[in-house]
Amino acid sequence: MQETRKTTKLPSNMALVAAGLAAIVLALVAACGGAGPTPTGTQVGQQPTPTTTPSGSQSTIRLNGAGATFPFPLYSRWFDEYARVAKTQVNYQSIGSGGGIRQVTEGTVDFGASDGIMTNDQQAKAEQAHGPILHIPMTMGAVAVVYNLQGIGAGQVKLTPDVLADIYLKKITRWSDSRIAQLNPGLNLSNQDIAVVHRSDGSGTTFIFTNYLSKVSQEWKEKVGNATAVNWPGDIGGQGNEGVAGQVRQIPGTIGYVELAYATQNNMAWAALQNASSKFVEPSLQATSKAALGVPLPDDMKVMITNSTNPEAYSIAGFTWLLVYRNQTDCTKGKALVDVLWWAIHDGQQYAPSLQYAPLPDDAVRKAEAQIRSVTCNGQPLLGR
Amino acid sequence: MARAPHPQEVHAPVWWWRARFRRPASPGDWVFQTIALLAALSLVGLLVAMTLYLLNAAWPAVTRFGLGFLTSSTWDPVQEVFGALPAVYGTLLTSAIAMLVAIPVSLGVAIFLAELAPPWLRAPASFLVEMLAAIPSVVLGLWGLFVMVPVIRDPVERWLGSSLGFLPLFQGPPFGVGFLAGGLILAIMALPIITAVARDTLAAVPSSQREAMLALGATRWEAISRAVLPYARSGIVAAGILGLGRALGETMAVTMVIGNGYQVTARLFAPGNTMASKIATEFNEASGDLYIGSLVELALVLFAITLMVNVVGRLLVRWTVAKARVGGQ
Repeated sequence: MQETRKTTKLPSNMALVAAGLAAIVLALVAACGGAGPTPTGTQVGQQPTPTTTPSGSQSTIRLNGAGATFPFPLYSRWFDEYARVAKTQVNYQSIGSGGGIRQVTEGTVDFGASDGIMTNDQQAKAEQAHGPILHIPMTMGAVAVVYNLQGIGAGQVKLTPDVLADIYLKKITRWSDSRIAQLNPGLNLSNQDIAVVHRSDGSGTTFIFTNYLSKVSQEWKEKVGNATAVNWPGDIGGQGNEGVAGQVRQIPGTIGYVELAYATQNNMAWAALQNASSKFVEPSLQATSKAALGVPLPDDMKVMITNSTNPEAYSIAGFTWLLVYRNQTDCTKGKALVDVLWWAIHDGQQYAPSLQYAPLPDDAVRKAEAQIRSVTCNGQPLLGR
Repeated sequence: MARAPHPQEVHAPVWWWRARFRRPASPGDWVFQTIALLAALSLVGLLVAMTLYLLNAAWPAVTRFGLGFLTSSTWDPVQEVFGALPAVYGTLLTSAIAMLVAIPVSLGVAIFLAELAPPWLRAPASFLVEMLAAIPSVVLGLWGLFVMVPVIRDPVERWLGSSLGFLPLFQGPPFGVGFLAGGLILAIMALPIITAVARDTLAAVPSSQREAMLALGATRWEAISRAVLPYARSGIVAAGILGLGRALGETMAVTMVIGNGYQVTARLFAPGNTMASKIATEFNEASGDLYIGSLVELALVLFAITLMVNVVGRLLVRWTVAKARVGGQ
């Protein structure tokens, strides 16, 4: 058997070698013959173009940023609009807040973006290599608590902070639970299991949501805590806002949390949440902006405004930030960057409401201005105003 | 099994080396051999480099958690405590469900295509089965989420829960997404691979086998079950191993239907997770050496399990071949 196989194999081996060699020869011939004249032709044709573009300060400056997915629709609109008024092209990759923080730490981008505040460890690590890192607020968003209950629409279910926390802690497991019924006397809630849906990927939305739960529930703070990804006590994970929304829409009796913009665009039923002033408030852009009013904002703007004491505020709201190196190393790029930032917190804000983001309140704009003014290159402030 | 090895096999590497390299050959042969050898070595090198890279990135988690990583069920990014057990369990459980469903079905399809189908149906049916393998997993996942999962929730899980609910397997609320859905989507993905390979092995069984059996007065079923299937046994086992390999590593479709819980439970309706989907969903946003290290260590564990499955598969194929040979003599 083996002998015969050997003899039959030999010719086929040689045939393979021959075929391979033939292919190589053919390829070489093709490369020499076919590719020869074409590049010279294109070179001649392209010559006029490069001579015109690098003419002094008029050339387009390219900035690279990466981070949070939540503000991406707004950012891409901004950078698109900005490219029309200035010779600055901003390339923003929505790789997620965690990714944004990582890229800033590694210095591979001109700026980062995050929905969460950098932890002390993260900040220390990044600042060791690149100097101080600023959190400049850009816009505000809210997280809506959405549910799937037959015949019950938006704003009809009222929840208090402790009930919401206990649902997510899996201590309240049925919609007919007396604590939910007490808050919603007019609603006919069935004896359905509550299926809790959360984000399975790390996310700034989760950061804001768990930040809120940690503020209103001691047990949540101790057992689970506040981060972009946590050890969820229960049930189903969905990837991205669309994943969570998909699960909530499909499975009867679910409760989940998604960005307000996402909930609005998809007509999802959301809960009215009792805020710190004991008023039940539905998520909206106004209620989101209100969350930043009446709260003392620190100069570095590293503040979570969840559970705001403003009586008209929606409780699960937050800023989203760009992460910017205070000491810029490339003065041309640095100047372009501070100009973009200045434009974004002023002119850019008009684009926010139509895309379901809440504009920054005046106080936050002032604080952001001060931060942008503090950006320097070789010790000189970059912003000329 | 207890077959005495042929002397040539014992000295195989030495013999092989001498035959290929020591014997002076024409320069063309030598060049070709060297190129082929380099290609082969680069593959080994790539494997080693990958393992080393994974080990290096996983090192913070390896040193912190040690073997406890494999036995702990906690995955807490806040406290930075990570354990792989639920993910390992999820991978093995969903793959087991997939094999349990896919192997009988695809064997049936393969037998039909190779033995029973009328000739005009053979080609289009085989083509359709292979088309199934060409569907991108994210598309299959979407289909799973929007079409399969609602059906699984009601009537499948509702019915299983009410009629077989005394078994721990079928207890708990029917979410639709969960281990069962993950296993079934994997079965669909493994099915075309197993079918295609099994059909080819069945088609390669010499007609003399069937004819001899039929000439002895056997029925069609007897010919298939006693002559064709035993002859093709090693190929069928290999087909199963290939399918299992696909099931173990599949990420996207599973992520979309498995529910992304994190628990070790016998309840098939419960949301779970697999190693591959855990890595895929969390890697982007993971921060900190320990968190990233734990995800990479998960990849390393998956790597090891896949390797183990392949080795066991090889042994199984070799064993079935040896058994067939002993039986034949």
